[in-house]
Amino acid sequence: MMRKFALSAVACVFAAGLAQAETIPPGKVVFGDGGAVSESLTGVPGDAARGEKVFVTKSEGNCVACHQVPILSKVQFQGNIGPVLEDVGNTYTTAQLRGIVTDAKHTFDGSMMPSFYKVSGFIRPGDGFTGKAAKEINPLLTAQQVEDVVAFLQTLKH
Amino acid sequence: MKRTQVKTVLVVAAVAALALAGVARADEAMAPNMSKVLEINGEKMITHTKAPKNIPGLSEIYSGWLFRSPSTQTMETDDIDNPGMSGEAMGEIEWANVDGTAGKSCASCHGDLAKMKGVRTQMPKVNKAGVLWSMENYINDCRTTRMGAKPWKWSGANMQDMVAAISVQSRGMPMDVKTDGKAAKYWKEGEKMYYTRYGQLQLSCSNCHEDHYGDNIRADHLSQGQINGFPTYRLKTGKLTSIQNRFKGCIRDTRAQTYAEGSPELTALELYVASRGNGLSVEGVSVRP
Ligand code: HEC
Ligand code: HEC
Repeated sequence: MMRKFALSAVACVFAAGLAQAETIPPGKVVFGDGGAVSESLTGVPGDAARGEKVFVTKSEGNCVACHQVPILSKVQFQGNIGPVLEDVGNTYTTAQLRGIVTDAKHTFDGSMMPSFYKVSGFIRPGDGFTGKAAKEINPLLTAQQVEDVVAFLQTLKH
Repeated sequence: MKRTQVKTVLVVAAVAALALAGVARADEAMAPNMSKVLEINGEKMITHTKAPKNIPGLSEIYSGWLFRSPSTQTMETDDIDNPGMSGEAMGEIEWANVDGTAGKSCASCHGDLAKMKGVRTQMPKVNKAGVLWSMENYINDCRTTRMGAKPWKWSGANMQDMVAAISVQSRGMPMDVKTDGKAAKYWKEGEKMYYTRYGQLQLSCSNCHEDHYGDNIRADHLSQGQINGFPTYRLKTGKLTSIQNRFKGCIRDTRAQTYAEGSPELTALELYVASRGNGLSVEGVSVRP
C-alpha cells in the first residue's frame, strides 16, 4: 500500500516536471538588449559538469576549437580564435551567456562564433560533415546542452 | 596595414597567455617565423611579398609553407626528401607515353616538358571559347579531343601527377593569373564565394584564412590558404591533393553542401584564390600535414 503510494507520487512529480519544462524551440528564442536571453531554454537548471564535457567534446560544442580555458589545462590544443575564457562568470550575466551560446551574432555583430541553437538562415547547409545537402537541420546543441554550457561558463571566475 | 599591427599584438598576447596558462599546444601552433625563406634544391622561392592591389583584405601575402612545422618545412627543401616528387616523376614519364586512338603522347604535340614553363603561373585561365578552365580541364581536353584517350578523374593520381609535372616547370616563377578582361566576371564570382559564409557553421574562407591566419583552430595552424604550392602532398593521406579537392574539404568543414570538383563554381573560386597569391612563387609540389 505504502509502496504503491510512493510510486504514484514519483510519477506525479515526474509528470509535473515535464509539464513545467517546456523547451523553447530554436527560432522562438527571445533576444533582449545586447542579445541577452533571460528565459531558460528548458526550465531545467544547467549541469556545469556536463557543460564542461559539451565544451571540450569535438562532436558536441567543440568550443575549445576557438577558446582557451586556462583551468582546463589538461585539454590539449586549445584554439585562439576567440577570447580566452577565464572570468566570463563575472563579466557576463546568465542571460547574456545564454544569448552568446544560443546565437552569438545577436551580441557580437558578424561574429565568427557559430550559432549553436538555430536551424534556419544557412547558405547550402550540409548533412553534418558529409558534404552532402542537409535533409533536416538540427541545432548544433540541444536546449539542455546550451543550459549546461551556460552553467559551466558561470563557474569561470577569477 | 592596421590589421597586421593588431594581429601582432594579438599574437603576442596569445603567446603570453599561453605561457601563463601552460596550456598544451601543438608543435604546429607556434607562431611562425614569417621571415624564413624557402629554398628548393638551393633555389630561393618568394614566400612573402606585398598583396596584390585588388585584394584589399590583405596587406602582405605568405606561402602556406611558412605556417608549417620545421620538420614538414624541411621536406619541401629538397626533391629527394619530398615525398610528393615520386608522383611528379610518374607525371614526367606519362608526358611521353602514347595513349588513346590517335597514337599520340603529350610530347607528340608539345615537345619537351620544359616547354610548359610558365603555364602554371597563369592557371586557371579563360580558354579560346571564353570559358574559364583549370589546368585539369586543359589536360583532359588534350586527352579527349587530340589524343582520343579517356579523360582522367580530376583528383585521380594520373591527373595530379601530370599537374605536378607541369607545375614543377614553373618552380620559382611568381603566380600571375589574369583577373581582368574576359576573366573579370569569373574573378568577381570567385571573390563573392570567398566571402560567403557557408554551411551550418556559417564560415567563409575569409573568416579563417584572412581574419585569422596565424591563429589556431584547435590543433590546426591557419595559413592564408594560398595555392601557389599545389598540388600538395598530404602526409595524412599519403598522396597528391588537387586545389579543388582542398576547397571541397574546407567547405565541407563548415557543415555545408560542397560543390563538385571541376564545377564552374570551384573553378571561379580557384581563379580568385590564385589571384590572392599573385607574386608568390610556384613551389611545385608542396608538403603539408
Ligand atoms: C569558430 C570559433 C568559435 C567557436 C567554435 C566558439 N566561439 Fe565563442 N567566441 C568566438 C569569438 C570570435 C568570440 C568574440 C566575439 C566576437 O568578436 O565575435 C567569442 C566570444 C565568446 C564569449 C564571450 C567572451 C568574452 O570575453 O567576451 C563566450 C562566453 C563564448 N564565446 C563561449 C563559447 C562557447 C560556450 C562555445 C561552444 C559552445 C563557443 N564559444 C564556441 C568564436 C568561437
Ligand atoms: C573553419 C575554418 C576554415 C574555413 C572556413 C576554410 N578553411 Fe581552408 N583550411 C583550414 C585549415 C585548418 C587548413 C589547414 C591549415 C592551413 O593551411 O591553413 C586549411 C587549408 C587550406 C588550404 C591549403 C593551404 C596550404 O598551404 O596547403 C587552402 C588552399 C584552403 N584552405 C582554402 C580555403 C578556401 C578557398 C576556403 C573557402 C571555400 C576555405 N579554405 C575555408 C580551415 C578553413
